[in-house]
Amino acid sequence: MDSVVKVEGLRKAYQSTIAVDEISFEVREGEIFGMVGPNGAGKTTTIECLEGLRKPDKGQVSVLGVDPQHDGHFLHSHTGMQLQQSNLPERMKVWEALDLYSSFYPQSIDWEELLEQLGLDEKRNAPFAKLSGGQKQRLFIALALLPDPELIFLDELTTGLDPQARHAIWDLVREVRLKGKTILLTTHYMEEAECLCDRVAILDHGRIVALDSPVELIRKFGGEERITFSVDQTLPPEFEDSIHQIGELEMQGERIMVEGATGQASFVYDVVSLLAKHNLRFRNLRTEQPTLEDVFLKLTGREMKD
Amino acid sequence: MKSLLKMTWIEAKLFLREPVGAFFTLIFPLMMLFLFGSIYGNVPTQYFGGRGTVDISVPAYVAMIIATTSLVGLTITMAAYREKGVLRRLRTTPVSPLVVLAAQVIVLFLMTSLGMLLLIVAGKLVYQMRFDGDAMSVIIGFILCCLSFFALGFVLAGLMPTARTAQVVGMVLLYPMLFLSGAGFPRELLPESILKISRFLPLTYVVTLLRGLWIGDSWSQHLTEVLVLLGMLVLGVILSVKTFRWE
Repeated sequence: MDSVVKVEGLRKAYQSTIAVDEISFEVREGEIFGMVGPNGAGKTTTIECLEGLRKPDKGQVSVLGVDPQHDGHFLHSHTGMQLQQSNLPERMKVWEALDLYSSFYPQSIDWEELLEQLGLDEKRNAPFAKLSGGQKQRLFIALALLPDPELIFLDELTTGLDPQARHAIWDLVREVRLKGKTILLTTHYMEEAECLCDRVAILDHGRIVALDSPVELIRKFGGEERITFSVDQTLPPEFEDSIHQIGELEMQGERIMVEGATGQASFVYDVVSLLAKHNLRFRNLRTEQPTLEDVFLKLTGREMKD
Repeated sequence: MKSLLKMTWIEAKLFLREPVGAFFTLIFPLMMLFLFGSIYGNVPTQYFGGRGTVDISVPAYVAMIIATTSLVGLTITMAAYREKGVLRRLRTTPVSPLVVLAAQVIVLFLMTSLGMLLLIVAGKLVYQMRFDGDAMSVIIGFILCCLSFFALGFVLAGLMPTARTAQVVGMVLLYPMLFLSGAGFPRELLPESILKISRFLPLTYVVTLLRGLWIGDSWSQHLTEVLVLLGMLVLGVILSVKTFRWE
């Protein structure tokens, strides 16, 4: 599979702060690649170097086979970009923005269709300032899709949106990917990265601390999977003996917890069959998988929360 | 070309949707005309070289419109576009920055011209305004004045960190200049000491040139004004290119 984006040894400093510290990665055609990390980890600086908005101090950057610093025009004609901090004039109407932006590209897709696909049809005459956060982001996605780009950059797409709007945007991003587009996004929501991305680079202090698919990252760094349940009778000692071979047992009142290593394919099955074998009637059985939050904690020793 | 037309059209609509800008360019000068027209009428007087208040006020108010659109309208729009990330968003498209700037210039020029046209029509219809100039000369002079002041506006927009400071600085430059240059009310009313200061204000040259051409002066009588305004234009373009920032 071809790389759409290639980054080697990228470094960018502002005065004495090193925002991006020699990072390297590739984005493959057709994937959703995510950069996650807390604020100030270097995500936006990286994406802006790829977009040609910032000049790297050091390192090689290639996007769609060109250097963003030298072929900005080509890049801007063939990629769609949604920026973290950008706006349209307050009184510009939704349809006017689409009409205007489509005139910038030699070939652009029909914006009337986009308006409908992105659920902005009702808002076509609304001025930009009157749109909700989610509607603004949908409009920015529409603008990014206008040139029918091969690659789309989405920087902090859902920051500040309520959960419902966020989920609606996720669905949209998945739909865009189904059209064969490559997507590079940044987010500081681990949940977003986990739900959307095929591969995730976790950034911290300007470095990539891990890069893999969310499933693999969780398997490697996520720690333990946990099952909790309640039973009415006391546990027979034989049960306790056998469960030690599967995982660790802990009891909190009448809640019983078993923790096992992640990626053990039959962990839940093993625990449940053991319960059945000892004829223990369990209630409220719940399984808790580790998340990318746990991965981040494990890798950096800190919580993701800003 | 397609993008320039689209952007000009949309910017024109945005201009008219912004009530304050549209008011000061199109309505306020008319209000001034009617206010002073109703007080003084347009009776010819020796004081204004045999012309009436309206006759000499119309070209001065045109200068006022030029200064207002450049120093307030243009400066705030560009500084706000930069501050809010409107320019940043444009920068990620293949559109040339020249298109963005040209659209602004065209729209402001058209709106300033519209403001002038309204003044002329009102002056003619209501006060039988006298016009002894050569229309072509006045148009050329008007274009020169607009361009050199727009250039000044772009320089200011490039230097101001935020839309808020652009607004304050624009106003601080504009208002004293309106009164001291003879744009807001006739220069004949100003004392000699103030006229000395007004020689250092760029707007004075606009007022002098437009008033002169309006009453039929020849270009050779206004070489100083033409040179000053041309100099401002050239310097302004160079500086605005240097100070232009996307963000």
